Amino acid sequence: MIREILGAISRWAIPILLVGIPLVGLIRGIKVYDVFIEGAKEGFNVAIRIIPFLVGILVAIGMFRASGAMDLLTNALRPMMTALGFPTELFPLVVLRTLSGSGSLALTTDIIKNYGPDSLTGRMAATMYGGSETTFYVLAVYFGAIGVKRTRHAIPAALVGDVVAAIVAVAVCTWMFA
Amino acid sequence: MLNYIWFGLMAIALIVAAFTGTVDAVTKGAVDSAKVAVEISLGLVGIMTLWLGIMRVAEKAGLIAMLGRLLRPFSRVLFPEIPPDHPAIGAMILNVAANMLGLSNAATPLGIKAMEELQTLNEEKETASDSMVTFMVLNTAGIQFIPATIIGVLAAAGAKNPTAIISTTLAATLCGAIAAVITAKVLQRFFPYRGNAVAEVAE
Repeated sequence: MIREILGAISRWAIPILLVGIPLVGLIRGIKVYDVFIEGAKEGFNVAIRIIPFLVGILVAIGMFRASGAMDLLTNALRPMMTALGFPTELFPLVVLRTLSGSGSLALTTDIIKNYGPDSLTGRMAATMYGGSETTFYVLAVYFGAIGVKRTRHAIPAALVGDVVAAIVAVAVCTWMFA
Repeated sequence: MLNYIWFGLMAIALIVAAFTGTVDAVTKGAVDSAKVAVEISLGLVGIMTLWLGIMRVAEKAGLIAMLGRLLRPFSRVLFPEIPPDHPAIGAMILNVAANMLGLSNAATPLGIKAMEELQTLNEEKETASDSMVTFMVLNTAGIQFIPATIIGVLAAAGAKNPTAIISTTLAATLCGAIAAVITAKVLQRFFPYRGNAVAEVAE
Protein backbone atom coordinates (compact mmCIF):
# COMPACT_ATOMS: atom_id res chain seq x y z
CA MET A 1 0.00 0.00 0.00
CA ILE A 2 2.66 2.50 1.09
CA ARG A 3 4.80 1.21 -1.76
CA GLU A 4 2.04 1.93 -4.30
CA ILE A 5 1.53 5.45 -2.96
CA LEU A 6 5.27 6.19 -3.06
CA GLY A 7 5.49 4.72 -6.56
CA ALA A 8 2.65 6.93 -7.77
CA ILE A 9 4.27 10.01 -6.20
CA SER A 10 7.54 9.20 -7.97
CA ARG A 11 5.79 8.80 -11.32
CA TRP A 12 3.70 11.99 -11.07
CA ALA A 13 6.08 14.28 -9.20
CA ILE A 14 8.01 15.70 -12.16
CA PRO A 15 5.12 16.55 -14.52
CA ILE A 16 3.13 18.00 -11.62
CA LEU A 17 6.08 20.18 -10.53
CA LEU A 18 6.73 21.29 -14.12
CA VAL A 19 3.13 22.48 -14.43
CA GLY A 20 2.43 23.44 -10.82
CA ILE A 21 5.37 25.79 -10.24
CA PRO A 22 4.68 28.01 -13.32
CA LEU A 23 0.96 27.92 -12.41
CA VAL A 24 1.68 29.51 -9.01
CA GLY A 25 3.97 31.97 -10.81
CA LEU A 26 1.20 32.97 -13.22
CA ILE A 27 -1.27 33.45 -10.37
CA ARG A 28 1.23 35.77 -8.70
CA GLY A 29 1.60 37.79 -11.89
CA ILE A 30 5.07 36.60 -12.96
CA LYS A 31 6.17 36.43 -16.61
CA VAL A 32 6.90 32.74 -16.18
CA TYR A 33 8.48 32.05 -19.57
CA ASP A 34 10.86 35.02 -19.33
CA VAL A 35 11.89 34.05 -15.80
CA PHE A 36 12.34 30.42 -16.85
CA ILE A 37 14.70 31.42 -19.68
CA GLU A 38 16.64 33.71 -17.37
CA GLY A 39 17.28 30.86 -14.92
CA ALA A 40 17.80 28.20 -17.58
CA LYS A 41 20.66 30.16 -19.21
CA GLU A 42 22.89 29.00 -16.34
CA GLY A 43 22.39 25.29 -17.10
CA PHE A 44 25.02 24.88 -19.77
CA ASN A 45 27.71 26.72 -17.82
CA VAL A 46 27.11 24.65 -14.70
CA ALA A 47 27.38 21.37 -16.60
CA ILE A 48 30.58 22.52 -18.31
CA ARG A 49 32.06 23.75 -15.03
CA ILE A 50 31.82 20.22 -13.58
CA ILE A 51 33.96 18.64 -16.35
CA PRO A 52 37.49 19.21 -14.94
CA PHE A 53 36.46 18.05 -11.44
CA LEU A 54 34.74 14.94 -12.72
CA VAL A 55 37.54 14.03 -15.15
CA GLY A 56 40.07 14.35 -12.32
CA ILE A 57 38.17 12.12 -9.89
CA LEU A 58 36.95 9.52 -12.38
CA VAL A 59 40.37 9.09 -14.02
CA ALA A 60 42.06 8.47 -10.65
CA ILE A 61 39.36 5.97 -9.66
CA GLY A 62 39.47 4.33 -13.11
CA MET A 63 43.23 3.82 -12.88
CA PHE A 64 42.98 2.49 -9.32
CA ARG A 65 40.32 -0.06 -10.29
CA ALA A 66 42.06 -1.15 -13.50
CA SER A 67 45.38 -1.78 -11.73
CA GLY A 68 43.93 -4.48 -9.50
CA ALA A 69 44.78 -2.45 -6.38
CA MET A 70 41.23 -3.02 -5.17
CA ASP A 71 41.80 -6.79 -4.88
CA LEU A 72 45.03 -6.21 -2.96
CA LEU A 73 43.26 -3.85 -0.59
CA THR A 74 40.36 -6.22 0.06
CA ASN A 75 42.74 -9.15 0.57
CA ALA A 76 44.83 -7.15 3.00
CA LEU A 77 41.81 -6.11 5.06
CA ARG A 78 40.12 -9.51 4.90
CA PRO A 79 41.49 -10.93 8.21
CA MET A 80 40.30 -7.81 10.05
CA MET A 81 36.84 -8.03 8.46
CA THR A 82 36.54 -11.72 9.34
CA ALA A 83 37.55 -10.98 12.92
CA LEU A 84 34.85 -8.32 13.13
CA GLY A 85 32.24 -10.70 11.71
CA PHE A 86 31.67 -8.71 8.51
CA PRO A 87 30.93 -11.02 5.52
CA THR A 88 34.18 -11.06 3.51
CA GLU A 89 32.39 -11.58 0.18
CA LEU A 90 30.67 -8.20 0.66
CA PHE A 91 33.71 -6.19 1.66
CA PRO A 92 34.80 -5.27 -1.91
CA LEU A 93 31.32 -3.81 -2.39
CA VAL A 94 31.75 -1.44 0.58
CA VAL A 95 34.90 0.02 -1.01
CA LEU A 96 33.59 0.07 -4.59
CA ARG A 97 30.24 1.63 -3.62
CA THR A 98 31.92 4.90 -2.62
CA LEU A 99 34.08 5.01 -5.78
CA SER A 100 31.99 3.91 -8.75
CA GLY A 101 28.25 3.82 -9.36
CA SER A 102 28.32 1.60 -12.45
CA GLY A 103 31.08 -0.60 -10.98
CA SER A 104 29.25 -1.22 -7.72
CA LEU A 105 25.99 -1.94 -9.56
CA ALA A 106 27.80 -4.55 -11.68
CA LEU A 107 29.38 -6.10 -8.57
CA THR A 108 26.04 -6.16 -6.71
CA THR A 109 24.34 -7.79 -9.70
CA ASP A 110 27.12 -10.36 -9.78
CA ILE A 111 26.77 -11.17 -6.05
CA ILE A 112 22.97 -11.47 -6.44
CA LYS A 113 23.41 -13.91 -9.34
CA ASN A 114 26.10 -15.98 -7.59
CA TYR A 115 24.41 -16.27 -4.19
CA GLY A 116 20.80 -16.10 -5.39
CA PRO A 117 18.32 -13.18 -5.25
CA ASP A 118 16.59 -14.59 -2.15
CA SER A 119 19.78 -15.49 -0.28
CA LEU A 120 20.90 -13.56 2.78
CA THR A 121 24.13 -12.47 1.04
CA GLY A 122 22.22 -11.33 -2.05
CA ARG A 123 19.83 -9.26 0.03
CA MET A 124 22.69 -7.78 2.06
CA ALA A 125 24.43 -6.74 -1.17
CA ALA A 126 21.21 -5.20 -2.53
CA THR A 127 20.66 -3.33 0.74
CA MET A 128 24.23 -2.05 0.71
CA TYR A 129 23.88 -0.83 -2.88
CA GLY A 130 20.51 0.84 -2.29
CA GLY A 131 21.45 2.30 1.08
CA SER A 132 24.30 4.48 -0.11
CA GLU A 133 25.50 6.79 -2.87
CA THR A 134 28.68 7.04 -4.96
CA THR A 135 30.38 9.40 -2.51
CA PHE A 136 33.30 10.57 -4.64
CA TYR A 137 31.09 11.22 -7.67
CA VAL A 138 28.61 13.32 -5.66
CA LEU A 139 31.53 15.18 -4.09
CA ALA A 140 33.14 15.96 -7.47
CA VAL A 141 29.87 17.13 -9.05
CA TYR A 142 28.59 19.33 -6.20
CA PHE A 143 31.84 20.94 -5.15
CA GLY A 144 32.94 21.13 -8.80
CA ALA A 145 29.81 23.04 -9.80
CA ILE A 146 30.67 25.89 -7.44
CA GLY A 147 34.47 25.65 -7.70
CA VAL A 148 35.14 24.57 -4.10
CA LYS A 149 38.59 22.96 -3.84
CA ARG A 150 39.13 22.66 -0.09
CA THR A 151 36.56 20.10 1.03
CA ARG A 152 37.50 20.21 4.75
CA HIS A 153 35.77 17.43 6.72
CA ALA A 154 33.41 16.38 3.90
CA ILE A 155 35.29 13.21 2.93
CA PRO A 156 35.81 11.75 6.44
CA ALA A 157 32.21 12.52 7.45
CA ALA A 158 30.80 11.04 4.23
CA LEU A 159 32.92 7.89 4.61
CA VAL A 160 31.81 7.40 8.23
CA GLY A 161 28.24 7.52 6.92
CA ASP A 162 29.06 4.95 4.22
CA VAL A 163 30.68 2.55 6.70
CA VAL A 164 27.79 2.87 9.17
CA ALA A 165 25.29 2.25 6.35
CA ALA A 166 27.17 -0.91 5.32
CA ILE A 167 27.34 -2.25 8.89
CA VAL A 168 23.64 -1.51 9.48
CA ALA A 169 22.79 -3.20 6.15
CA VAL A 170 24.51 -6.42 7.28
CA ALA A 171 23.04 -6.25 10.80
CA VAL A 172 19.46 -5.49 9.76
CA CYS A 173 19.45 -8.11 6.98
CA THR A 174 20.78 -10.74 9.41
CA TRP A 175 18.06 -9.80 11.88
CA MET A 176 15.25 -9.76 9.29
CA PHE A 177 16.16 -12.55 6.87
CA ALA A 178 18.50 -15.01 8.60
CA MET B 1 42.61 16.10 1.55
CA LEU B 2 41.34 15.58 -1.98
CA ASN B 3 44.87 16.40 -3.18
CA TYR B 4 46.32 13.40 -1.35
CA ILE B 5 43.48 11.00 -2.18
CA TRP B 6 43.62 11.98 -5.85
CA PHE B 7 47.37 11.55 -6.15
CA GLY B 8 47.32 8.46 -3.91
CA LEU B 9 44.80 6.58 -6.09
CA MET B 10 46.88 7.16 -9.24
CA ALA B 11 50.25 6.49 -7.58
CA ILE B 12 49.00 3.23 -6.04
CA ALA B 13 47.60 2.23 -9.44
CA LEU B 14 51.01 2.75 -11.06
CA ILE B 15 52.90 0.84 -8.35
CA VAL B 16 50.44 -2.07 -8.39
CA ALA B 17 50.54 -2.12 -12.20
CA ALA B 18 54.33 -2.40 -12.08
CA PHE B 19 54.07 -5.56 -9.95
CA THR B 20 51.03 -7.22 -11.51
CA GLY B 21 51.55 -6.28 -15.17
CA THR B 22 48.24 -4.46 -15.51
CA VAL B 23 49.79 -1.32 -16.98
CA ASP B 24 47.82 -1.57 -20.24
CA ALA B 25 44.57 -1.81 -18.30
CA VAL B 26 45.56 1.22 -16.20
CA THR B 27 46.22 3.28 -19.34
CA LYS B 28 42.89 2.23 -20.78
CA GLY B 29 41.20 2.95 -17.44
CA ALA B 30 42.53 6.52 -17.46
CA VAL B 31 41.55 7.27 -21.05
CA ASP B 32 38.11 5.66 -20.80
CA SER B 33 37.31 7.36 -17.49
CA ALA B 34 38.13 10.79 -18.92
CA LYS B 35 35.71 10.13 -21.76
CA VAL B 36 32.98 8.89 -19.40
CA ALA B 37 33.42 11.95 -17.15
CA VAL B 38 32.82 14.32 -20.05
CA GLU B 39 29.84 12.29 -21.25
CA ILE B 40 28.28 12.43 -17.77
CA SER B 41 28.84 16.21 -17.55
CA LEU B 42 27.43 16.89 -21.01
CA GLY B 43 24.53 14.56 -20.24
CA LEU B 44 23.59 16.93 -17.42
CA VAL B 45 23.18 19.95 -19.73
CA GLY B 46 19.52 19.29 -20.62
CA ILE B 47 18.12 18.50 -17.17
CA MET B 48 20.33 21.16 -15.62
CA THR B 49 18.92 23.83 -17.92
CA LEU B 50 15.34 22.65 -17.35
CA TRP B 51 15.52 22.56 -13.55
CA LEU B 52 17.49 25.76 -13.13
CA GLY B 53 14.80 27.49 -15.19
CA ILE B 54 11.94 25.99 -13.19
CA MET B 55 13.75 26.77 -9.94
CA ARG B 56 14.04 30.43 -10.92
CA VAL B 57 10.27 30.51 -11.49
CA ALA B 58 9.70 28.82 -8.10
CA GLU B 59 11.99 31.36 -6.45
CA LYS B 60 10.27 34.38 -8.01
CA ALA B 61 6.87 32.95 -7.09
CA GLY B 62 7.98 32.75 -3.46
CA LEU B 63 7.61 28.94 -3.35
CA ILE B 64 11.21 28.29 -2.28
CA ALA B 65 11.02 30.70 0.64
CA MET B 66 7.67 29.21 1.67
CA LEU B 67 9.10 25.70 1.68
CA GLY B 68 12.03 26.94 3.73
CA ARG B 69 9.76 28.47 6.39
CA LEU B 70 7.60 25.33 6.47
CA LEU B 71 10.50 23.04 7.33
CA ARG B 72 12.30 25.56 9.51
CA PRO B 73 12.40 23.27 12.60
CA PHE B 74 14.58 20.76 10.71
CA SER B 75 16.75 23.22 8.84
CA ARG B 76 17.54 25.20 12.01
CA VAL B 77 19.13 22.11 13.54
CA LEU B 78 21.02 21.06 10.39
CA PHE B 79 21.99 24.48 9.01
CA PRO B 80 22.03 26.98 11.91
CA GLU B 81 24.13 29.51 9.95
CA ILE B 82 21.63 29.93 7.11
CA PRO B 83 19.01 32.70 7.52
CA PRO B 84 15.46 31.26 7.58
CA ASP B 85 14.24 32.99 4.42
CA HIS B 86 17.34 32.28 2.34
CA PRO B 87 16.64 30.42 -0.94
CA ALA B 88 19.36 27.89 -0.01
CA ILE B 89 17.03 26.23 2.50
CA GLY B 90 14.23 25.72 -0.03
CA ALA B 91 16.62 24.40 -2.67
CA MET B 92 18.17 21.94 -0.20
CA ILE B 93 14.75 20.68 0.87
CA LEU B 94 13.73 20.13 -2.76
CA ASN B 95 16.97 18.23 -3.40
CA VAL B 96 16.48 15.93 -0.40
CA ALA B 97 12.83 15.37 -1.37
CA ALA B 98 13.82 14.48 -4.96
CA ASN B 99 16.44 12.06 -3.65
CA MET B 100 13.92 10.39 -1.34
CA LEU B 101 11.56 9.82 -4.26
CA GLY B 102 14.42 8.41 -6.34
CA LEU B 103 14.21 11.26 -8.89
CA SER B 104 17.97 11.44 -9.39
CA ASN B 105 17.57 13.41 -12.66
CA ALA B 106 15.93 16.24 -10.74
CA ALA B 107 17.94 15.80 -7.53
CA THR B 108 21.34 16.62 -9.06
CA PRO B 109 20.36 20.01 -10.60
CA LEU B 110 18.44 20.93 -7.44
CA GLY B 111 21.44 19.99 -5.32
CA ILE B 112 23.77 22.09 -7.46
CA LYS B 113 21.32 24.99 -7.21
CA ALA B 114 21.39 24.59 -3.42
CA MET B 115 25.20 24.59 -3.44
CA GLU B 116 25.19 27.80 -5.50
CA GLU B 117 22.87 29.42 -2.96
CA LEU B 118 25.14 28.27 -0.12
CA GLN B 119 28.10 29.70 -2.04
CA THR B 120 26.53 33.19 -1.91
CA LEU B 121 26.80 33.00 1.91
CA ASN B 122 30.30 31.52 1.86
CA GLU B 123 33.12 33.72 3.13
CA GLU B 124 35.86 31.78 1.37
CA LYS B 125 34.80 30.82 -2.14
CA GLU B 126 37.22 27.92 -2.65
CA THR B 127 36.63 26.36 0.77
CA ALA B 128 33.53 24.41 1.77
CA SER B 129 31.42 26.03 4.51
CA ASP B 130 29.98 24.00 7.41
CA SER B 131 26.53 24.05 5.79
CA MET B 132 27.94 22.85 2.46
CA VAL B 133 29.57 19.84 4.13
CA THR B 134 26.41 18.97 6.07
CA PHE B 135 24.35 19.20 2.89
CA MET B 136 26.97 17.20 0.99
CA VAL B 137 26.92 14.28 3.43
CA LEU B 138 23.11 14.19 3.30
CA ASN B 139 23.56 13.57 -0.43
CA THR B 140 26.42 11.05 -0.24
CA ALA B 141 24.26 9.07 2.21
CA GLY B 142 21.78 8.59 -0.66
CA ILE B 143 18.51 8.70 1.30
CA GLN B 144 15.68 7.15 -0.73
CA PHE B 145 12.40 5.40 0.00
CA ILE B 146 12.36 3.01 -2.96
CA PRO B 147 15.73 1.77 -4.25
CA ALA B 148 14.20 1.16 -7.69
CA THR B 149 17.39 0.20 -9.56
CA ILE B 150 18.37 -2.62 -7.26
CA ILE B 151 14.78 -3.87 -6.88
CA GLY B 152 14.84 -4.16 -10.67
CA VAL B 153 18.03 -6.21 -10.52
CA LEU B 154 16.57 -8.52 -7.84
CA ALA B 155 13.37 -8.96 -9.86
CA ALA B 156 15.33 -9.70 -13.05
CA ALA B 157 17.35 -12.32 -11.17
CA GLY B 158 14.08 -14.05 -10.25
CA ALA B 159 13.64 -12.97 -6.62
CA LYS B 160 10.41 -14.18 -5.00
CA ASN B 161 10.02 -10.95 -3.06
CA PRO B 162 12.29 -8.28 -4.54
CA THR B 163 10.78 -5.49 -2.44
CA ALA B 164 11.74 -7.19 0.84
CA ILE B 165 14.85 -5.02 0.89
CA ILE B 166 12.95 -1.71 1.02
CA SER B 167 12.80 -1.66 4.82
CA THR B 168 16.38 -2.83 5.30
CA THR B 169 17.64 -0.27 2.78
CA LEU B 170 15.74 2.52 4.52
CA ALA B 171 17.27 1.50 7.87
CA ALA B 172 20.79 1.42 6.39
CA THR B 173 20.49 4.73 4.57
CA LEU B 174 18.92 6.59 7.52
CA CYS B 175 21.53 5.32 9.98
CA GLY B 176 24.26 6.22 7.48
CA ALA B 177 22.85 9.72 7.01
CA ILE B 178 22.50 10.34 10.76
CA ALA B 179 26.05 9.07 11.39
CA ALA B 180 27.43 11.23 8.57
CA VAL B 181 25.67 14.40 9.77
CA ILE B 182 26.75 13.86 13.39
CA THR B 183 30.34 13.23 12.24
CA ALA B 184 30.24 16.38 10.11
CA LYS B 185 28.96 18.45 13.05
CA VAL B 186 31.61 17.04 15.39
CA LEU B 187 34.48 17.42 12.92
CA GLN B 188 33.67 20.92 11.64
CA ARG B 189 35.48 22.68 14.50
CA PHE B 190 38.70 20.75 13.79
CA PHE B 191 38.85 21.95 10.20
CA PRO B 192 39.63 25.66 10.24
CA TYR B 193 37.48 27.93 8.13
CA ARG B 194 37.76 31.69 7.93
CA GLY B 195 33.96 32.07 7.83
CA ASN B 196 33.79 30.69 11.39
CA ALA B 197 36.36 33.15 12.70
CA VAL B 198 34.50 36.06 11.11
CA ALA B 199 31.20 34.89 12.64
CA GLU B 200 32.79 34.59 16.08
CA VAL B 201 34.29 38.07 15.90
CA ALA B 202 30.91 39.43 14.80
CA GLU B 203 29.30 37.93 17.91
